[in-house]
Amino acid sequence: MSDGPTTPPSAFAGKLRRLDAVWFYRALFLVAFLGTWQLASGPLLDPFWVSSPSAIGATLVKWTRSGALQYHLLVTFKETATGFVFGAAFGILAAFVIGSSDILRRTVDPFLTAVYGVPKVALAPLFIMWFGIGLAPKIVLAAVSVFFLVLFSTIGGIAQADRKMVDALRIMGAGRFTVHRRVTFPSALPWVFSGLKLGLPYGFVGAVAAEMMASNAGIGFLTQNAAGQLDTAGVFAALFALMVVTAALNEGLGRLEHRIFRWR
Amino acid sequence: MENPGSTRRDFGPARAALDIEFRKVGKVFASRKGQFEVLRDFDLEVRKGEFLAIVGPSGSGKSTVLNLMAGLDTPTSGTVACHGHPITGVNSEIGYLTQHDSLMPWLTVEDNVAVPLEIRGIPKAERRERVRRMLADVGLGGFEHHHPNQLSGGMRKRAMLARTLIYDPPTLLMDEPFGPLDAQLKVVLQADLMRLWNATGKTVVFVTHDIVEAITLADRVIVLSHRPSRIKLDEAIAIGRPREVHEARFAPGFEDHYRRLWSAIEIGGAEKTP
Ligand SMILES: Nc1ncnc2c1ncn2[C@@H]1O[C@H](COP(=O)(O)OP(=O)(O)O)[C@@H](O)[C@H]1O
Ligand SMILES: [Mg+2]
Repeated sequence: MSDGPTTPPSAFAGKLRRLDAVWFYRALFLVAFLGTWQLASGPLLDPFWVSSPSAIGATLVKWTRSGALQYHLLVTFKETATGFVFGAAFGILAAFVIGSSDILRRTVDPFLTAVYGVPKVALAPLFIMWFGIGLAPKIVLAAVSVFFLVLFSTIGGIAQADRKMVDALRIMGAGRFTVHRRVTFPSALPWVFSGLKLGLPYGFVGAVAAEMMASNAGIGFLTQNAAGQLDTAGVFAALFALMVVTAALNEGLGRLEHRIFRWR
Repeated sequence: MENPGSTRRDFGPARAALDIEFRKVGKVFASRKGQFEVLRDFDLEVRKGEFLAIVGPSGSGKSTVLNLMAGLDTPTSGTVACHGHPITGVNSEIGYLTQHDSLMPWLTVEDNVAVPLEIRGIPKAERRERVRRMLADVGLGGFEHHHPNQLSGGMRKRAMLARTLIYDPPTLLMDEPFGPLDAQLKVVLQADLMRLWNATGKTVVFVTHDIVEAITLADRVIVLSHRPSRIKLDEAIAIGRPREVHEARFAPGFEDHYRRLWSAIEIGGAEKTP
């Protein structure tokens, strides 16, 4: 990045040019990829199996016109967001309870690790049994997926808190709450964030997986439904919608992180 | 007691006049390599209002002694008492300027220094005012909104000093506080510390590896031996007060103190400095 002592304006212009170039290459790559796919679909590949960008685009337009895409996206988004908020909040809270006592942490650690090791998707049938086929089992599965990632990451962050800063605060007369607020939490925050960033797509996966098993709404349902009708374009269109949503969510988190850690 | 200065506290009966007391203290660190005995039968009395300097070879247990006073370490045997009662747990009746940096990097200098006041529930407006004054006193005026990583090592030390002084603890522990500073700044801060000590009558326990600094500042200098540590020399400094820090070394008696302390440390095997 840094190329010697350049004046700020020209350095900035250079950066901009490089950025422009990268965006140009990205667009080029996308066009080449979609073009190849479009051309190959038909003469080389059976469109029944791989569909084609134009068919997928047409399906997306159709769904958008009818409002189906928005509706299902919103359902999945609600499940993911609600599950994410609950999972993250309980994950952080539990991490602080567990992380504040060394004995407690070492006691529960093997149990948490054991539960964590179970693929969360395997819990979906259980949650569907318990909570029916509405939004609840999806939210719970998303929350559980997020919970563990945030929990482990935050516990790790709490363990990293500088002992010397904690001691300095306690000598000044700080109680447990102040120590948490002033040292433990801020120093765990980067780990909380990496847990959140990791958790978000998993929460999404949880919600979508539960939708695929039993539901009548959401992107997972849309995918499953299209596949049931052997509508390959519909499956790809739903997957595309998934991709766009995850990318947007990650971008949002990244910006938030950037704002919070300005002191670095 | 050669402590002039009208503002100093009166000393009560013998026990009440003690600020910190070590009785037959032993400290053993257990590590994977085995037992590590740092202190054995260690006795020490620090009087109220006294300025005590501790010198000794590195690794002789100076920081351990301060940590015991602060309640961050617990003695393996014997007792350590502060203000008349044994220390159990972290001792919040003292201020401790540690050897290592403990400023919080995510807070500005102002917010760092305000933390002790915040803990004491002092209202925001008053906090801000007192922090401003304290920062000006330690020469950090204008750096209120900087983050610690934007300051030099010496400035961070001064911010830590401000954070320790702002809540006015009756006893001050300082672990090589001016070690990494340049010579001029060191003298300035020593003079500030002297002025503060004269005005407030705080008890100060001051660890240093600089014998000149110890004699210049202290009422009494103790030299620790190699591990397991005992007090090898307990030297009362006979230079009158108030002292000018840059002139103390020309006072009669300075040379004798220096020679005695130096040979006590030298036999201990510390590296030689002019
Ligand atoms: N927490 C600890 N665990 C094990 N050994 C320690 C610990 N703290 C200090 N020590 C050892 O005790 C000795 C004295 O340390 P310290 O008090 O820091 O010495 P000084 O401050 O005089 O240089 C050193 O040899 C050090 O390695
Ligand atoms: Mg030390």
